[in-house]
Amino acid sequence: MATTVKNKKTAPLGTADAMHIRPFSIRRVVKESFDTFSLELDPLSGEKGHKFAPGQFNMLYVYGVGEVPISISGDPTRHKTLTHTTREVGTVTRAMRNLKVGDTLGVRGPFGSSWPVEDAVGNDVVIVAGGIGLAPLRPVIYYILAHREKYGKVVLLYGTRTPEDILFRKDLEKWRSRFDLETLLTVDRATGAWKGNVGVVTTLIGRAPFDPLNCVAMVCGPEIMMRFTVLELQKRGVEEDKTFISMERNMKCGIGLCGHCQLGPTFVCKEGPVYCYRDLKDVFIKREM
Amino acid sequence: MENLERILKEHPFLAGLDDKYIKLLVGCASNVAFKAGEYIFREGENANQFYFIRHGKVQVETYVPQQGPVIIRTRSEGEIFGWSWLVPPYKWHFDARAVEVTRALALDGKCLRDKCEEDHNLGYEIMKRFALIIAERLEQTRMQLLDVYGNHSKK
Repeated sequence: MATTVKNKKTAPLGTADAMHIRPFSIRRVVKESFDTFSLELDPLSGEKGHKFAPGQFNMLYVYGVGEVPISISGDPTRHKTLTHTTREVGTVTRAMRNLKVGDTLGVRGPFGSSWPVEDAVGNDVVIVAGGIGLAPLRPVIYYILAHREKYGKVVLLYGTRTPEDILFRKDLEKWRSRFDLETLLTVDRATGAWKGNVGVVTTLIGRAPFDPLNCVAMVCGPEIMMRFTVLELQKRGVEEDKTFISMERNMKCGIGLCGHCQLGPTFVCKEGPVYCYRDLKDVFIKREM
Repeated sequence: MENLERILKEHPFLAGLDDKYIKLLVGCASNVAFKAGEYIFREGENANQFYFIRHGKVQVETYVPQQGPVIIRTRSEGEIFGWSWLVPPYKWHFDARAVEVTRALALDGKCLRDKCEEDHNLGYEIMKRFALIIAERLEQTRMQLLDVYGNHSKK
């Protein structure tokens, strides 16, 4: 019997809380690829941890430079340290990249909806990530592995541009060695030295071992990659109300007030970033959105 | 032979194909194995086969001067590769190399071409199936060309 799966919409924070920037100290900087890095942060305000749900994001403030929304990429079962992964793409993330261990960063959040990890219990889970889209999905993998017995088959399909762009290599090595997690990697282009798969991430869907009628799919990556991925999942028979995608828009306030991240009838910072595909499909492929 | 017939019959690519055609295909099929690193075919050679991978992994690649071999696609267990046998001038456009020990069923494309000419119903069934594969490869290649992951690595 089909079960209903929903993405979690967190109760909006009070305006005062949501606008309160808390100082965090950088404990560790990890270079993930030539332009992507992770920051591990410890709270300076004496709070014991920073609870979040997989898929949520924080607004990170580089003092004197600006604030940007960044996905939380750490382990949701370990609240003490907060981990964010981002790519160096603009003024703020460039400044962030230059921060050192011990420097201070402001944090607001967590914001947004989350992946339906609890509602997916009892189902197979297919996680499809493209490029930096693995960052907001990594907490899902941590969560599922911490509660592994509650799920059916779990499959991670990960695609990047080249082998040099693969993120979280240590995690991927660990995940690939597990018998209870099927991890398939592919790159769009490679030279002769690469022994792994070459081809777009959608090519992995056809041969991934999961039951399409009893599975929840979670997809994150560039929108065009998600479009083709959803089509391929549908070809395998995955239902659209069990397919979830994470959207990226220009998020500013984090609480649906400023309107910068409006996507059709929703605000991505509040109702998103994680959406059930069924709820978003009408605006997902609209060019004007 | 019985084993080859079972393998072909159970392959999704041939699902729904009449038994008499499966038997005919068996006559064109043989088991082949390649060592890791061995070239299965090279660009410019006559394309007289196509392959059902039973075990292992194959890279389709091309040689780029000053860059070496560039991998275009990887084919794995259960997949089919090679369709140059179907279209003139029947020459391979790329190299195919086994990444690891690979076992496959090789189908004699030249023999099959002749049989398709003799029996157009068989020709249509084969063309229909390869058209799907070619369309799928075209779509995947277009997506690859879109370079969806944005920022380019410095490599």
